[in-house]
Amino acid sequence: MKQVQFSRREAMVLGAGAATVTLLGGVTGALAATATDDAINAFTGGATPSEGKITLGAPEIAENGNTVPIDVSVESAMTDDDHVESVLVLADGNPNPGVATFHFTPMSGDATAATRIRLASTQNVVAVAKMKDGSVYMAKREVKVTIGGCGG
Amino acid sequence: MAKVKPRVKVPKKAAAGDIVTIKTLISHPMESGQRKDKKTGELIPRKIINSFTAEFNGAKFFSADIDPAVSANPYMQFSLKVPESGEVKFTWVDDEGSV
Repeated sequence: MKQVQFSRREAMVLGAGAATVTLLGGVTGALAATATDDAINAFTGGATPSEGKITLGAPEIAENGNTVPIDVSVESAMTDDDHVESVLVLADGNPNPGVATFHFTPMSGDATAATRIRLASTQNVVAVAKMKDGSVYMAKREVKVTIGGCGG
Repeated sequence: MAKVKPRVKVPKKAAAGDIVTIKTLISHPMESGQRKDKKTGELIPRKIINSFTAEFNGAKFFSADIDPAVSANPYMQFSLKVPESGEVKFTWVDDEGSV
C-alpha cells in the first residue's frame, strides 16, 4: 500500500489549482448567462419580463438530454387585440442558448405548443412570451440532465 | 423536394369555433453542427429544419423558428381554432431548402 501524503506546499498548489478551476467555471457560466440575457433582450426589445401568465412544462430530471419533452402555454384571450405574438424558448447551458421561437395568431385559439429539445447538461430552460400590447412574461424551469444531448 | 414523410395528426371533424390540437412529427436528423465525425475528427456540418409553418385555408396560424437545440425527428404540438371547414397545410424548411 502506498500512502499518499501532501506536503504543505503541494497542498497549497492543489488548492490554488482547484480555485482556478472554480473561477473558470464561474466565468463560462456567466458568459452563457449573458448570451441568454442578450437573446432575451433582442427578443423583447429591452422590456423587462414579468413573472406569471406563462407556464413552462419540463421534466425535473431528464435521463436523456437528446430528447427532453417541453411544453409552453400562455394565458390569453387570443382575440385580435389581445393575443400572444410569440414565445421564445431558451436553454442557458447549451452551446447556443436559442431553442425555438413559436409564433401565434388569434387563429391559434390558445397559445400552447409542445416539442422535444436537446439539453447539453443540467440547466435552466427559459420561456419568454411577447404579447400583442408589448408586455413580456417569463418562466424558468431547471432540468437535471443525466446524459447530455449534444454529441461529443 | 426531399422525400420525407411527415406524420400529422389532425382531427377530421370539429365544430366551428372549436379549438383542436394538432400534432406533427417529421423524420429529420437535425444535425446540430456541434458533433464531430468519429473517424476524421471533422465537424459534421449543420443540417437542421430551421422553420415550420402551419396554414389553414391559406392563412398562416402558427409558425416556429427552430434552432439546433430541437431534437432529431422534430415533434410539434399546437392548436387551431377552427373557423370553418378547410384544409390545413404544413411546411417544413431545412438548411438546404424545402422538405
